[in-house]
Amino acid sequence: MIARFPYRRFAGRIARHAILILTAAFALLPFVWMVSLSLKPPEEIFQADFHLWPTAFHGVENYRVALTAAPMFRFLLNGLLVCTAIFALQLLVCIPCAYALAKLRFRGRDTLFSAVLVGLLLPPQALAIPHFVLLNVFGLLDTYAALILPWVISTFGIFLLRQFFRSIPDEIIHAARLDGLGEFEIIWRIMIPMTTPALAAFGIFSIVAHWNDLFWPLIAVRSAEISTPALGILLFRDDEAGQFLGPLMAGAVIIVAPLLVAFLIAQRRFIDGLAVTTMK
Amino acid sequence: MKTPDQDRQRRVDAKASFAKRSGEHGVGWLAVSPALLLLVGLLFGPAAAVVLFSLTDWQLGSFTFHFIGVANFRALFTDPTFWKALTNTLVYAAIVVPGTVLLGLVVALLIEASPGLRGFYRAAHFLPVMSTMSAMAIVWGTMLHPTIGLVNRGLGAVGISGVNWLRDERTALLALALIGIWQGLGFAMVLFVSGLKAVPQQLYDAAAIDGADGVLDRLRFVTLPMLGPVTMFVVILTAKRSFEVFDSVRVLTQGGPNYASEVLLHRLYTESFDFLRMGYGAALTVIYLAIIVLLTLTQARLLERRVHYS
Repeated sequence: MIARFPYRRFAGRIARHAILILTAAFALLPFVWMVSLSLKPPEEIFQADFHLWPTAFHGVENYRVALTAAPMFRFLLNGLLVCTAIFALQLLVCIPCAYALAKLRFRGRDTLFSAVLVGLLLPPQALAIPHFVLLNVFGLLDTYAALILPWVISTFGIFLLRQFFRSIPDEIIHAARLDGLGEFEIIWRIMIPMTTPALAAFGIFSIVAHWNDLFWPLIAVRSAEISTPALGILLFRDDEAGQFLGPLMAGAVIIVAPLLVAFLIAQRRFIDGLAVTTMK
Repeated sequence: MKTPDQDRQRRVDAKASFAKRSGEHGVGWLAVSPALLLLVGLLFGPAAAVVLFSLTDWQLGSFTFHFIGVANFRALFTDPTFWKALTNTLVYAAIVVPGTVLLGLVVALLIEASPGLRGFYRAAHFLPVMSTMSAMAIVWGTMLHPTIGLVNRGLGAVGISGVNWLRDERTALLALALIGIWQGLGFAMVLFVSGLKAVPQQLYDAAAIDGADGVLDRLRFVTLPMLGPVTMFVVILTAKRSFEVFDSVRVLTQGGPNYASEVLLHRLYTESFDFLRMGYGAALTVIYLAIIVLLTLTQARLLERRVHYS
């Protein structure tokens, strides 16, 4: 049928591209609009006719204002620091626990694993009040610790890594024990190297979530000096300089860019990291 | 009185049983102990505390509180704002879930239909998933601006005069739902694509032998039935994310105008951390928790079934 009507196939291809270009435009338009405005002087943003590319290039000034009126680099650095600390601590807690749940026999193991599964049910937003109270009691609100501590335990991480550790054959571990390796050496020298893709997937999941999170930083932090990117851009908007759309959009570009650039460089890893981890 | 002999015997026994456990027991507990402590201290303890708080009249900053039973819940259920927030969240989900799932499915089918520009389309649709919502919500705010926004400029070009989307009671929630679809679409697409890749080629071959070789026939008799489990999964996942909508609401409308775009999680935030009514906020949290737990359990049930299929 297809061979008899080649024009049908051609029409099908055209239709495919027509629809996908439309939906891709829907997805990309905000980014194009954001970059376009970030290059324009105020009067051009408000004039009646619209050009994608500015007639008077104002990009340098807009980005300069964004970088000087608000500590944009500080926000990015904070984001990097907080996300790295969270992920490092999560690994430190999750890996031994996941290994024990996957490969060691000890009393209470199944109970603990059930507890991890129950923990998966709890949305972090639902724990915001007690976490806030706890940090308040210890005088830790408005510090980096407040941004990091509630996330140190990740039941999702334990669950995910356990699944991956289980897929490693027991024979390898027995052989390592015969060679005189202790359990923690086995984790360090065998399990971690053999599950690097899984760790990377978990890392991407964790970093994207915490870089983009607004809910918790909004609760835990007041001062701009320790704000993460998602909160920082809000502080900038509510600031005097943020009232001007050009610099505000420039600020948004700076906040959004790092993750998007990382994504474009390592697309497959990101897509797998975010999608496959949800289905495990 | 213990004799030295008995004592020695006991020590030997203990040693033997320890050796029998070959250290696995001890190492196991050592390995899980940090996680266990944190699990109790940061997850289950706080979860219990939320339930406890919800039964008190505690306000942040005050040193005393009383147990007031279910009074917070009674107040919640007679509060029209709560019902408004719940209804809005359901309406939001009722728009975002079908919108995201249908668009995601169509885009996934088209992307996988032929290899042309596949990589570009996949990246383009996935970009919003990665982007920081608070920053992109600000961008959407300018796009939906009544005079200089892209949306009304576009509508104006074809002779329609747009409204002030985010300040109009009739459109605020709709505008937020549009942003929700924009962000969730790429994720749904990726999940559908991985579902499509799992459909075995033999099924298409078998269908072709039975005479179903047109594109639509293949879609109807093979692809869509095989995507059933993935579709259910995406529906639940999107529903869960819809109930978690917060960033766009906080940045753009703060629940307004006149509570037209108030949603559960934003209500929870406002009561607990703007008004510092912890007891009331905790009661709201318990309701919220119940909804999310229900959705997550459904999702887990579905995942389990999918595993049994394969």
